[in-house]
Amino acid sequence: MATALTRKDFVTDQEVRWCPGCGDYAILAQVQKIMPEFGIPRENIVFISGIGCSSRFPYYMNTYGFHTIHGRAPAIATGLKVSRPDLDVWVVTGDGDGLSIGGNHLIHALRRNIDLNILLFNNRIYGLTKGQYSPTSEVGKVTKSSPMGSVDYPFNPITVALGASATFVARTIDVEQKHLGETLKRAHAHRGASFVEILQNCNIFNDGAFNDLSDKAIKADHQLVLEHGKPLIFGKNRDQGIRMNGQRAEVVALGNGVTEKDLVVHDESNLALAFMLANFEPPMPAPVGVFYAVSRPTYDSAMNAQLADAKAKMGPGDVAALLKRGDVWTVH
Amino acid sequence: MALPPEAAGHAVESSGLGGGNAAHKPGVRRDSVVIRFAGDSGDGMQLAGMQFTAESALAGNDIATLPDFPAEIRAPAGTLAGVSGFQLNFSSREVFTAGDEPNVLVAMNPAALKANLDDLPPNGVLIVDREAFNDANLKRAGYTSNPLNDHSLDKYQVFQVDVTKLTTLALHGTGLNNRAVFRCRNLFVLGMLSWLYQRPIESTQRWLEGRFKKTPELLEANLMALKAGYNYGDTTEMFASSYEVPAATIKAGLYRNITGNSATALGFVAAAMSAGRPLFLGSYPITPASDILHELAGFKNFPVYTFQAEDEIAGVASAIGAAFGGAIALTTTSGPGMNLKAEAVGLAVKTELPLVITDVQRAGPSTGMPTKPEQADLLVAMYGRHGESPIPVIAASTPADCFDCAYEAVRLATKYMTPVILLTDNQLANGAEPWLLPDVSKLPDIKVHLATDPNGFMPYRRDTETLARPWAVPGTPGLEHRIGGLSSEDLTGNVSYSPANNELMVRTRARKIAGIAREIPPTEIFGDAQGGDLVVLGWGSTFGSLREAVKQVREKGKSVSHIHVRYLNPLPSDLGDQLRKFKKVLVPELNMGQLSKLVRADYLIDAIGFNKIQGRPFKVSELTTRILRALEG
Ligand SMILES: Cc1ncc(C[n+]2csc(CCOP(=O)(O)OP(=O)(O)O)c2C)c(N)n1
Ligand code: SF4
Ligand SMILES: [Mg+2]
Repeated sequence: MATALTRKDFVTDQEVRWCPGCGDYAILAQVQKIMPEFGIPRENIVFISGIGCSSRFPYYMNTYGFHTIHGRAPAIATGLKVSRPDLDVWVVTGDGDGLSIGGNHLIHALRRNIDLNILLFNNRIYGLTKGQYSPTSEVGKVTKSSPMGSVDYPFNPITVALGASATFVARTIDVEQKHLGETLKRAHAHRGASFVEILQNCNIFNDGAFNDLSDKAIKADHQLVLEHGKPLIFGKNRDQGIRMNGQRAEVVALGNGVTEKDLVVHDESNLALAFMLANFEPPMPAPVGVFYAVSRPTYDSAMNAQLADAKAKMGPGDVAALLKRGDVWTVH
Repeated sequence: MALPPEAAGHAVESSGLGGGNAAHKPGVRRDSVVIRFAGDSGDGMQLAGMQFTAESALAGNDIATLPDFPAEIRAPAGTLAGVSGFQLNFSSREVFTAGDEPNVLVAMNPAALKANLDDLPPNGVLIVDREAFNDANLKRAGYTSNPLNDHSLDKYQVFQVDVTKLTTLALHGTGLNNRAVFRCRNLFVLGMLSWLYQRPIESTQRWLEGRFKKTPELLEANLMALKAGYNYGDTTEMFASSYEVPAATIKAGLYRNITGNSATALGFVAAAMSAGRPLFLGSYPITPASDILHELAGFKNFPVYTFQAEDEIAGVASAIGAAFGGAIALTTTSGPGMNLKAEAVGLAVKTELPLVITDVQRAGPSTGMPTKPEQADLLVAMYGRHGESPIPVIAASTPADCFDCAYEAVRLATKYMTPVILLTDNQLANGAEPWLLPDVSKLPDIKVHLATDPNGFMPYRRDTETLARPWAVPGTPGLEHRIGGLSSEDLTGNVSYSPANNELMVRTRARKIAGIAREIPPTEIFGDAQGGDLVVLGWGSTFGSLREAVKQVREKGKSVSHIHVRYLNPLPSDLGDQLRKFKKVLVPELNMGQLSKLVRADYLIDAIGFNKIQGRPFKVSELTTRILRALEG
């Protein structure tokens, strides 16, 4: 029996090249920390990324890794996972990589439910190309390519994933190390495509984009931590909750006759609830945690089952017999 | 060329020998016949043509076929846009093409007649379904008077057959509705032609039994129509006699008919099994490449993975992922898809992963004529990527050659750790020919060596001879490593922006590809091996028409030879020297002159281009005329 791996076993000798203070460091550290807990040999783990600051990730993971081309990582990972179901395949992408140029591949990997762990680092900016607005940047954002403010309406990564029929959809934050780790473990345990949006600070081109959610002084009033089977409560004093008013959700203060019983209880299998939560805009709090988790057969297992079935029915492939299929004739 | 009035095909000395079918009276002997079946796309002409081909193959003829599909799947019935055709040339001699023009044209309606009549030479045999020439159909085809009655067809031998009525009568009592009966007309025609050319119909019967296994009433109806057509030929005196096309003298062995797309699919399966690795195809449907996907999807037990991707980019990307994982990885497409795949192919060049990209070329630019052949993607295969990214390019020359080329593409990809582009085209893809089945045990061995030894492992430590880097797949303990598109250091593969290292890596990859020339067999010259007045240089699907044309001109005593290249990158190392043995080099291509550009650039030879961009193959007659002109000029 090999000895258990540690965090260090997942660190490469390559110098990490992100800007000092970049949120990507914290994500890398957390991923390296939780990896040993999965008990999977390093050689069976593969990190695949596209292009962007975030997509440099595989170089720093001492596993198999593939830094590919812009936006295509989900498609490359699909080919690998389908033909090598034995591997533990992770995809690292950014908001530009995954939602702009690679949006098509992302939604198709999700709907097919390929057994991948997809981590989308959302800094709401194009980092690597030095600060243009991205498909998650807010309307009005002033960047180098939008000097008068962006007129581009953004995507919400969570609703995109839900709309693409993803079976596991979660959001977490770079600096929330514990929540990040727990969320990634949940994602990994899920069979099928797991989509995790990680809010990530780009301190160079979009600093403080998630301050509300990461600043210790105020975050409790802005974050709504989702927990399956528990009422939706938030606030520094945990004195505010989410209640339904007709078909709409509203924030209520607990007390004065309002109790936990009046609040919405989170249910990860409720797609309508997931959509509703995902669409919360201020003054509603921003949900983090697992929005949605259901089980559905994965493409890779279904495809491999078909191959096994074909082999059981037709026997292993026989090339000589295959060539002779159909009408053959002999010339003497 | 004048044909005897009663005859179809080239007459040869009549013999008293019986045909292949014992029930037949001796027929008039022909050494080759070209038939074109034409009808509405719903008339089942492809099927009739394919079955006639199968029957002819079983009768021992050499064959070449050329289907001609309409671009619209459901063009309005009876219109010119909806005409579908299938031409086959069957012969007692070796044939190289489906024939310039038909000896026999079957036209199931006025539109089919109008679309094809120009190709029928005077005295050619024209068989029509008389009832289809009604007012409505004539109008849809744009006829103002009925050509069957207005003497406009007097220069042909016209046989007006009541196909619809006779089929209806034959199927009377089957209980099938008119529509279903109408759809059996192609079998009636097939039966009639099978009689006329003494083809055995047993193979068609067997094929129908397979096809209609689950619908016995349709099976019975189709069989009845087939036999009714056959008996019609036999018992009526519509045709003065039947014709006999004796078996060709072809190499002994086991044969089957094969289209280029099928052969491509089979070549890939055979190669993957020789390599002992699973096959993975990532592909997005596109005419005329989709049949490779369809075919491979049926071979799951081998194992073959087929992944119908969301687009061409995902097709090639998924294949790259599978290659990283150790599969024999493929992507298949046609022109428009080639452009979409370019960036990902560049990634495979840089990361040196084995991958075969098949481009079944079609007429462009843009959507162009999707069902018509062209050879205009050669330069895109050679150069259609950014940066310095050389790739081996090979091209198949006949439908059966697609098998060998697909096999060879996998062999090169895995041996040299590189993407390889295989060029075929619409003519090869859907054209068929008899294929002498190879002995699987004698196919070249594809030795795949997956790295396993962590001792001294480095992702870019190369084989000293081939310069291939190791194939180290996930799951192998101790070989964990990272690759990617960024410039990377020699040996370690670590990201590196060192200028000298970048040049070293680019040049090393180029040397690796150029080195493939070492194992390209010496160039074969058909004709004058020592050189002569003119050599015709070609590549791809033009093989048949070029070979036939060169043969015909040689028969006139001229010094003309033919070289047909399979390896386009790298080109064979002796090619320049061989071409220089000839006073003139003529390069006919179905493009604006792409190989001729390469020949001029690589060898400083003043190649003469002969170019056609009509979505149609060369006619042998066009080529012989051009060759003679080049010899004179
Ligand atoms: C085909 C192609 N187009 C454009 C680029 C340039 N490019 C590289 S990364 C990037 C955007 C990255 O943004 P994101 O995915 O959000 O990653 P981040 O750097 O923010 O982590 C762009 C436009 C490229 N590398 N390839
Ligand atoms: S530009 Fe932004 S995202 Fe990229 S490394 Fe620097 S801080 Fe991180
Ligand atoms: Mg970004």
